[in-house]
Amino acid sequence: MTLDSSTPAVKVHAVSKTFNAGSSESVQALADVDLVVAPGEFVSLIGPSGCGKSTLLRLIADLLPTTSGSIEVFGKSAAQARIDQDYGMAFQSAGLFDWRKVAANIELPLELMDYSKAERSARSSEMLELVKLPDFGDHYPWQLSGGMQQRVAIARSLSFKPRLLLMDEPFGALDEMTREHMQNELLAITAELGTTVVFVTHSISESAFLSDRVVVLSPRPGQVHSIVDVPMGDRSDDTREEPEFFEKATEIREALRAVEVGL
Amino acid sequence: MNSMSSLLRKIPPGAVVGVVFFGAWEAIMRIRDSTEFLLPRPSSIAREVIRQWSGNDGTLSTAPLKTAGWNTGYVAVTGLVLGLLVGVLLALVVTRFRRIGGSLTPFAVAINATPIIALAPIFNNWFGITGNLSNQAIVMVVVFFPVFINTAKGLTEVHPDQLELMRSYGASDFTILRRVRIPNATPFFLTSLRLAAPLCVIAAIVAEYFGGPQDRLGPVITQNASFTRYASAWAAIVVASGIGLGLFGLALLTERFAMPWKRPAQMQ
Ligand SMILES: Nc1ncnc2c1ncn2[C@@H]1O[C@H](COP(=O)(O)OP(=O)(O)OP(=O)(O)O)[C@@H](O)[C@H]1O
Ligand SMILES: [Mg+2]
Repeated sequence: MTLDSSTPAVKVHAVSKTFNAGSSESVQALADVDLVVAPGEFVSLIGPSGCGKSTLLRLIADLLPTTSGSIEVFGKSAAQARIDQDYGMAFQSAGLFDWRKVAANIELPLELMDYSKAERSARSSEMLELVKLPDFGDHYPWQLSGGMQQRVAIARSLSFKPRLLLMDEPFGALDEMTREHMQNELLAITAELGTTVVFVTHSISESAFLSDRVVVLSPRPGQVHSIVDVPMGDRSDDTREEPEFFEKATEIREALRAVEVGL
Repeated sequence: MNSMSSLLRKIPPGAVVGVVFFGAWEAIMRIRDSTEFLLPRPSSIAREVIRQWSGNDGTLSTAPLKTAGWNTGYVAVTGLVLGLLVGVLLALVVTRFRRIGGSLTPFAVAINATPIIALAPIFNNWFGITGNLSNQAIVMVVVFFPVFINTAKGLTEVHPDQLELMRSYGASDFTILRRVRIPNATPFFLTSLRLAAPLCVIAAIVAEYFGGPQDRLGPVITQNASFTRYASAWAAIVVASGIGLGLFGLALLTERFAMPWKRPAQMQ
């Protein structure tokens, strides 16, 4: 696969999505969405509840078919990218498998990709280290708190070091301190691996802290209302206290207010 | 005093209930000096179990309890295994081919709604009464339904996020079946096994009431009862419930063994 830096990681062109089209329960979730995400870029999707953020993420992941429009991932169809295991996913719910120990949960994608036993256990230890759960590989999911389970799910999504990460409010269930820690770690990992991230969130400060760009969607049917650039360079815990960070957060908040009142 | 109470606490409550129950039963029957016509004392039943375990007293030509118990147990267990196989296979088919599944499930429900024992005389005609087949078929039909329904539920009711996750890895339907659906269905299947284990003994004995070889617990019970030898009939019932309990215990052990991931509180 030839991939020069000009091929976008994700290219969403004129995408609309209507659920149950033609029936009385028909719901238009997205209308004519355009979005281009460059390789290595961190893009957040933010918008009112029910505006189609999760739907857009699932369309990119080829877990749902589009109603119209086209989606390319690394220059190929979304379907091909899914088959090629080009992206990792993390959801609001941890979705761990009860019957697998924590380490085995993290290793599941690696098993499906035929990594050797040694590589798998090395990778799961590395990931457990990363999410600050080094001693929990041998536990079953029910022995972990909700927040810990979520961290395992994130470790699982990163385990095969995908080029693209699709995350749907992955930190929503975490406490503030863990959440900030995970944000720092996520940025460190994705910067190191050059991972492209599309990140759905409800949190204004989270989107400002993490993103290169924040896409603000309008209420259903979701459309791109505006895009806020966040050119702050490398982030650290200090970033959270800088005036520029607050300015960006304010800009995102105002865009959100504007879409709420329909401007 | 303290060590005494801690010792008492170690005795399983079930054992206490059992001792009290049989003690009261024995005591009441003795006090009333009943002739044991309708309900024999536990001690008389126990004596009959021992006396007829490997032979009988010659006044009635019923099979020894050991032989009858073994034969009934054999029919129950083989019928159970058949029922498990059919139930699981059908559940897999229903999961794999939803469209067939849609038309198969009402069919299975209809089979279940039929009082299956009503089929016994017909099965006797089909499969003959000289061998085990007819009774095994009854046990199989009785067992298959809870297994089928539970297993199918476990195979299909997977958390949508987990299915999306597997699809995001480009996993095939077969991989999803093997890695997610089957492990997800395991607790459901084992629950149905726990239901089916005692059920298969009941089904075997009731089927035996309707015909088949005579060296079985069913005929031993009916013959003894019709000659008002109630203690002997009860002795055969004790053997039957022993088999049922044994199978239930095995089902529990399997559950514990097959699901090391289960949190202890969820264990029965
Ligand atoms: N599978 C589905 N079938 C029918 N309608 C759906 C389906 N999934 C989503 N919708 C509808 O599409 C719209 C967008 O849903 P979506 O889950 O994408 O919103 P969201 O922006 O992620 O909301 P939230 O912030 O609350 O998570 C909603 O109106 C929802 O009811
Ligand atoms: Mg959502």
